[in-house]
Amino acid sequence: MSRFDDPASVGLVSPQRYAFDEPLILRSGKSLPAYELMVETYGELNADRSNAVLICHALSGDHHAAGYHSEDDRKPGWWDNCIGPDKAIDTTLYFVVSLNNLGGCGGSTGPVSINPATGKHYGPDFPIITVRDWVNSQVRLMDRLGIGKWAAVIGGSLGGMQVLRWAISYPERLHHAIAIAAAPKLSAQNIAFNEVARQSITSDPDFREGRYLEHGVYPKHGLMLARMVGHITYLSDPAMRAKFGKALAGLRDQQGNFGRDLRSGSLSFGFNVDFEVESYLRYQGEQFSGKFDANTYLLMTKALDYFDPSVDYEGDLSRAFANSDCRFLLISFSTDWRFPPDRSREIVNQLLRAGKRVSYLEIEADQGHDAFLLPIPRYVDALSTYLGNAHREIRGDAP
Amino acid sequence: MRPDQEIIARWIEPGSRVLDLGCGDGALLAWLRGQKGVEAIGLEIDAANIERCLGAGVAVIEQNLNEGLSNFDSGSFDTVLLAQTLQALDNPAELVEEMLRIGRNGIVTFPNFGNWKSRLDLLLRGRMPVSEFMPHAWHNTPNIHFCTVRDFDALCRDRNIRVLARTVVNSRHEGSWAMRAWPNFLGEIAIYHLTRQ
Repeated sequence: MSRFDDPASVGLVSPQRYAFDEPLILRSGKSLPAYELMVETYGELNADRSNAVLICHALSGDHHAAGYHSEDDRKPGWWDNCIGPDKAIDTTLYFVVSLNNLGGCGGSTGPVSINPATGKHYGPDFPIITVRDWVNSQVRLMDRLGIGKWAAVIGGSLGGMQVLRWAISYPERLHHAIAIAAAPKLSAQNIAFNEVARQSITSDPDFREGRYLEHGVYPKHGLMLARMVGHITYLSDPAMRAKFGKALAGLRDQQGNFGRDLRSGSLSFGFNVDFEVESYLRYQGEQFSGKFDANTYLLMTKALDYFDPSVDYEGDLSRAFANSDCRFLLISFSTDWRFPPDRSREIVNQLLRAGKRVSYLEIEADQGHDAFLLPIPRYVDALSTYLGNAHREIRGDAP
Repeated sequence: MRPDQEIIARWIEPGSRVLDLGCGDGALLAWLRGQKGVEAIGLEIDAANIERCLGAGVAVIEQNLNEGLSNFDSGSFDTVLLAQTLQALDNPAELVEEMLRIGRNGIVTFPNFGNWKSRLDLLLRGRMPVSEFMPHAWHNTPNIHFCTVRDFDALCRDRNIRVLARTVVNSRHEGSWAMRAWPNFLGEIAIYHLTRQ
C-alpha cells in the first residue's frame, strides 16, 4: 500500500491562490493595495456551510498542513498527524481551511513577492504585519469561501495568538477558539530570543539590508543561526537529554549521559562538531535556511513581539474578551518553556474573569514547545473528543 | 444520578452560574445544563474525567483544588459545588471559605464519618471503617480529612457560615424521619447548602 492509499491521510493535495484587490489597512498605518493568499482545504464543506475549521500556522508554518503535494514528497504537511480522515481534526466531519499568512514565503504575498510599485521584490519594504492584520486578511478569505461562521479556529503557538485575536475581533464569526501552547503576549525572555535571531540574520554580510534577492545573494548563515537558537527554545532539557543521550543510556540504568552523545566517539580538541546536539542543530539550521525567507523570518518574529491584545484595554486582557461569544479550549504542555503552562493559565484566568466558557488542559509531555506538533496521545485524544462533540452540536444531536 | 446529586439540583437556580469543584466526568453539570440551563464550569485533575467532560460538552479546567482558587473573582458564580471531595482536600476549611467568596452560595456534600456503621467499625472491630461510600483502606485513601455532621456544623458556626439547609441520606439516597432526627448517627452522606452570614 502506498502512503497515498493510507485511509488516514488526505492524500495528494494542491494549494489554491486567492487574489484580493481591496486594500488592506495594516495596524502600522501602512496598507497593502492588493495581495494573494495561498490556501489548502481538506474535506468537504457541508450544505449549510457550518462545518468549516480554520487552521492558523505558527512562525515557520504555511498553508501545507496535511497530505502531500506530489508522489515524491518525503514528508507530509506540518500538522498531518492531526488533520485527516478519522484524525483529531477529522476531514470526514470538517472542511479544513489552511492558509499561508501574509508576509510568509509559502506563496502568499510577502517579502519575496514582486512589489507592483517598483517591479522588484518587496524585500525589506514589505510592511510589518501583525496578528491582527493576519486575522483581517483571513476574514476576507472566509467571506470569499462563503463561510459565515467557523465551527472552530485552531492554532498552536503564534497560531494560537491568531485564534485569540479571532475571538476578540470577530466574536460573531466562530463557535470554538482552540489555542494550543500559546501566550497572551511575549515575555522579555521571548523577545530576547527573537532579537538574537534577528541580529543573526541582519548581521550576515549577505543580508544586504534585506535586498539580498536583488543582489543575487542569500543570508543563509544568519538564517541558520536564527533557526538554531529558535530550535533550542522549542525543545526541552529532558527532550534533548533523551534525544542526544542514547549511547550510555543502557550502561547507566536510564540515567543517560545528559544528552552528551559524541558525534564520532572521541573529543576532537578543536572547534568542530564534537557532540551530537551540535550536529543536529547545524543540520536543522541548514535545512531550514535552504527553504525559508530571511525577511519573512524577521517579520514573523516581530508579529510575535508585537502581539498583545490587552493594549487596547489598558492592559486588561479580560476586557478584550468581553464581547467574545465562542467557547474556548486552551492546551499547554508541561515542559514547554517558550510558552509554559503558566502563560496559558493567564489566558484561562482572564477568560474566567470575563465570564467565558473555557476548558483547559495541561498535558504531561517531555517534548517542550514542539509538543503541539507531535502525536501525544492525551493531547490528540482531547482535541479529537472536543471537536467530535462540537460536530455533534453542529448536527444538533449533542448530548 | 448519584444519590446526593438530585438533592443538589433542587438548590440550583435555573440559568445560574455554577462552578463545580472536582466535577468528575461532568455528568452532573451536563444534566444541570440540560435541566436548568445553567452556565457551568468544572474543575478536575483526573485526565480520564477531563476527557469525558470534553466529550459531554462540559467546560472543564485542569486545576488542583489544593493549589487554591485565587484565580476566581469574588462573587463570580451563583453557586459553587463541592461534592464528595471535601474529605480529600489538604485544607478543607479554607476551601469552604473560598467557595463562599467566589459564589453567592455553596453546596458541600461529604461522607458522614459519624454514621453508626463507622462508629461500630471502630468500636467493635477496632478498625478504620471501610464501606461502599468509603471504599479505601486507611493507608491508600485519598480521603485525609474525614468529618462528621456535628464537626461540620461546628465549623460553620466557628466561621460564621450560615447553613441554609442540611440533609442527610443513606448510600441508596433514601432519607427518613429517623435520619432527620439523628442525622449524625444515621446519615451516610451529608449535604449542606451554605452562604455567608
